[in-house]
Amino acid sequence: MNIIVCAKQVVDVREIKIDKQTNKPILKGIGKTISDIDKNAVEEAIKLKEENKDTKVTVLSVAPFDAREQVKELLAMGADEAVLVSPPEEFDYNTVSTLLAKAIEKIGDYDLILCGEASVDLFSGQMGPRIAGLLDIPQITYARAMSIEGDKVRAERDLTDKAVKMESTFPVLITVTKEINKPRLPSLMGILGAASKPIIEWDGSDLLEERMEPGIKSVDLRGVSMERKNVVYGEDPEEGVRKLVISLGKEGLLG
Amino acid sequence: MVLIYSNNKKLTLEMIAKGRELADEQDGEVIVAMIDEKDENLANEYISHGADKVFLVESGVENFKAEEYTDIMANMVNDVESGPVLIGSNKYGKELASRLAAKLSTGCVIDCTDIYMEDGELTVERMVYNGNAISVERFSGRPGIITVPSKLFDPLKKDEGRSGEVIEKSYDVSSSYSNIAGIEEMPSEGVDVEAANIIVSCGRGFKNREDLHLAEELADALKGKVIGCSRPISADLKWLSEDHWIGLSGHKVKPSLYFAIGISGQIQHIAGIRDSGIIVAINKDPNALIFDSADYGIVGDLYEVLPKLTDAIKKEMD
Repeated sequence: MNIIVCAKQVVDVREIKIDKQTNKPILKGIGKTISDIDKNAVEEAIKLKEENKDTKVTVLSVAPFDAREQVKELLAMGADEAVLVSPPEEFDYNTVSTLLAKAIEKIGDYDLILCGEASVDLFSGQMGPRIAGLLDIPQITYARAMSIEGDKVRAERDLTDKAVKMESTFPVLITVTKEINKPRLPSLMGILGAASKPIIEWDGSDLLEERMEPGIKSVDLRGVSMERKNVVYGEDPEEGVRKLVISLGKEGLLG
Repeated sequence: MVLIYSNNKKLTLEMIAKGRELADEQDGEVIVAMIDEKDENLANEYISHGADKVFLVESGVENFKAEEYTDIMANMVNDVESGPVLIGSNKYGKELASRLAAKLSTGCVIDCTDIYMEDGELTVERMVYNGNAISVERFSGRPGIITVPSKLFDPLKKDEGRSGEVIEKSYDVSSSYSNIAGIEEMPSEGVDVEAANIIVSCGRGFKNREDLHLAEELADALKGKVIGCSRPISADLKWLSEDHWIGLSGHKVKPSLYFAIGISGQIQHIAGIRDSGIIVAINKDPNALIFDSADYGIVGDLYEVLPKLTDAIKKEMD
């Protein structure tokens, strides 16, 4: 079985600060990482590989080639190979999902595509359903559990108000939630082994028949700072409680 | 034309109000899609709240499935040459909007926080980078697909005299080879954290499910009565139903007073509480991230602090 996991390199959102002068988030110089729910998707793929013989796990990412280091971590976890597709200068969800779908078609023989439910930076969750739509295959989103039985995959979706059990034959695209598993940390053997695993680089413009105009453009990005008082009472709890109740009273929140 | 769809009635009414405003700017119509709910009364209610037309459509599948519903919506968008397409932003709506956008090769914005026309173009705002920024995005093509969260817009007043058309429509739907094998209602305690004014929220600092009563007692003392929680308490441990879950993929809340008790302060949780008035954190780890996002904090063991705090607040409130 061939599994393709789509993973996104994101800025580490915990490090984002707002420039007080321009009121814009400072995105340059911030550490990059693989979006955490995508690691749950990789973990699920590796677990399936351990349970099912002759399974190959390919990690696919639309990212500048400097994402090699981040992708290596996924290879160290146990994925077999990685494909990086460089994006054009201007792109939106439509462009990126088209590139991912074209890359999946170029990889060719696929049974299962896994994605995280959304990326931690923008949290739209568009990629999974978009790719499934472009490939014209079923989508099973928000899976919190899944298993493969013969020629079928079964998954349980968390739709907030309902839990929906799904089944499908292959090929199928599944997006996973954080609850589905706990991603492993790469072992030392894994890290050493990753060095010899292939990372293939494709130029995105070669995959598209023609240049794609973004259907949507970001015209402004405004920082939203969250100023908090940050008063912390660290002394004994009795004293902390007393001071807190006085503070809340002054805020007019009690009574 | 503005096309509107949600499987949630309240959300549909809210979107009709915004749709009306967008349609009026272009002398267009507001069309509501009702899929698999043959309910003429509800259709007429949508009309009296501002819709011009309601399309009744059957999908041929028993329950919502994104593949089949996308086919219907794509056909309908082409049929009416829709401009903006507003879709209710629950999990059903989000996966439908995204697949639909791919099928129509167009832009899509999930979870907008505002919609307006600017320079003649459909413009939308949304929260990005975990609430650290608002992105203003502009559609350059048609149709623009937008998912709208609940309670963003107020429904229009009912006008019994408004007239409109209820039309039965039928579109080609190709069936997908995935199947629904079972549907279960998720446990819910009917808690509405989004509307709550005071929330006492629990995290992994609680060692046992039974210990949550400590938080309930504080909520009772505050006459707040609403208990929230971070992701692990609901999604992993299932100590509380998901209607309690606060965070980026749970509920976003805006109480005037928010207590984060034994919550470490993962960024996804913070994103859900950014609009709160005063945030109070209780955590035994002085380095817990939650203190960076709190107005007041007590460093201490919640098992020791909470009973004392509940007592002190009871006395203060008397």
